[in-house]
Amino acid sequence: MIGRGRAAAGRTAPVGRRDGASQSRTRWRDQFNGWLIHHRLSAADSMNRVLDNPFSSAMTWLVIGIALALPTGLDVALDNVGQLSASWDSPAQISLFLQDGVSDDRARQLQEELAGRGDIAQAQFVSRAEALEEFRTLSGFAEVLASLDSNPLPHLILVSPADSAAQSSAAALRAELEAYPDVAQAVLDMEWLQRLNSLMELSRRLVLAVGGLLVVGVLLILGNTIRLAIESRREEIVIVKLVGGSNAFVRRPFLYTGLWYGVGGGLFAAILVSASLWFLRQPVSELAMSYQSEFQLRGLGIMGGLNLIILGGLLGLAGAWLAVARHLVEIQPR
Amino acid sequence: MISFDRVSKRYAEGHDALREVSVNIGRDELVFITGHSGAGKTTLLRMIMLMERPSRGQVMVDGQNLAAIGPRGIPRHRRNIGVVFQNHRLLLDRTVFDNVALPLIIAGYDHREVGRRVRAALDKVGLLDRERAMPVTLSGGEQQRVGIARAVVGRPKILLADEPTGNLDPALSAEIMQLFEEFNQVGVTVLIASHDLALISRLHHRIITLRHGRLVAGSAA
Ligand SMILES: Nc1ncnc2c1ncn2[C@@H]1O[C@H](COP(=O)(O)OP(=O)(O)OP(=O)(O)O)[C@@H](O)[C@H]1O
Ligand SMILES: [Mg+2]
Repeated sequence: MIGRGRAAAGRTAPVGRRDGASQSRTRWRDQFNGWLIHHRLSAADSMNRVLDNPFSSAMTWLVIGIALALPTGLDVALDNVGQLSASWDSPAQISLFLQDGVSDDRARQLQEELAGRGDIAQAQFVSRAEALEEFRTLSGFAEVLASLDSNPLPHLILVSPADSAAQSSAAALRAELEAYPDVAQAVLDMEWLQRLNSLMELSRRLVLAVGGLLVVGVLLILGNTIRLAIESRREEIVIVKLVGGSNAFVRRPFLYTGLWYGVGGGLFAAILVSASLWFLRQPVSELAMSYQSEFQLRGLGIMGGLNLIILGGLLGLAGAWLAVARHLVEIQPR
Repeated sequence: MISFDRVSKRYAEGHDALREVSVNIGRDELVFITGHSGAGKTTLLRMIMLMERPSRGQVMVDGQNLAAIGPRGIPRHRRNIGVVFQNHRLLLDRTVFDNVALPLIIAGYDHREVGRRVRAALDKVGLLDRERAMPVTLSGGEQQRVGIARAVVGRPKILLADEPTGNLDPALSAEIMQLFEEFNQVGVTVLIASHDLALISRLHHRIITLRHGRLVAGSAA
């Protein structure tokens, strides 16, 4: 509707207009200009109204921000896990844990035998002693390991299949190797990756479902906020309709109000997600370092932030539209 | 300009506010509508601006049959009619200037034109120095004049006024009636509902009298 003083004083281009004859009829060009002017007035007026109540507006932004940040944050986390697992994806590796009684010599002999096979690219022998040593330095479990009187680890041969891309052949090879009498257990390292992948898929769907619910929640919150705004300006709406304001004219400032709430909420969400990632960055890289990984936490990025703000704005418009469609038609001059 | 052809209005409760009213009002006329309280004056005005639809009969305004105007056409129709309401109906949180500017903003005028026209209208009703005031700080008569300025600022073809002098002293009432006469003289069709028989019979214009929804006098010029 009409802007209050400071908004109404906005600069506008002068429009040539004949006086007299065409009095209350405006031609389409003028109408278009008028339409633009009113958009500008509505946008500014709605913004002023939002900023006039900084506390309640900030609450609305925060609520929307949290609702948007939750699924976004989870999604970013999943992205990071996906990135992490992708770097381990290939080559597939089969770990052969040998029987307890197998000697070092016999194990070395087996390693050579395996390395000679056509379907095996590489076979690497890790003796029990080496494994123990590695364990000691890597994980800081030194005290625990020292308290054991015998080495609990078996000999290990790490086998890289020649055709690492084909999962089925790797699985067949694993079964074949497990049948060796000296082999206690053969583990295809891709198994946990596959499990991780299906876990990730499950999580992704959960995030989607939670995200969907939260989006509906955001729409309802916005719808309700706009409904209250409409309610508090009921008399004004009636008067505007009485002096010839169209539904579009009456609707416009409320749509802008929804837009501003949504955009603000999206901005809050982007800030929340970025802040959480920043908070986690240091411990994550420390953890990664302890696993000798170069892994770095991947953030939201400029595009991700922009997308959040755009999504917020669209939700704001949609929520406002729902409220406006429901409540504005009801308000008729009496 | 305005014609009612056997128009009846029955409200949902079964009360007949207007019965078989037929009347013609010419383009250059100023016409008073009078009658006891509840006679149907307000109902008749509300029909012209499509706040109410007839139960039977036909209303024509400026050559257009109002029955042909759907809900989407109502805003455009109202923009051609200036209305002064019985209870002012001003926006209480806006200045006098913003209140008067409302029809122009709706019509999409740019702000220079708005400023020019609003000041001209306020000047006409003698409130030019109050443009920054809030309506609540004005007297009843001043608020009524703000309402008049808002009604005429868009230069409508038709001006409707419902009890525009309802609670004003006689001198101010006469002044306001004179204002309406001036608008009429520049070609605006003016329709005024009023109880104040003493005042309106002194002015020499047609008087339409309603009684219990029936038109009892003034159907022809
Ligand atoms: N919305 C409505 N619903 C039901 N009845 C109504 C409605 N509006 C008016 N009426 C009735 O219609 C009749 C005519 O009302 P109207 O307001 O036109 O009278 P009026 O001549 O303007 O009276 P007053 O001088 O008191 O303003 C009255 O009896 C009134 O009770
Ligand atoms: Mg009345």
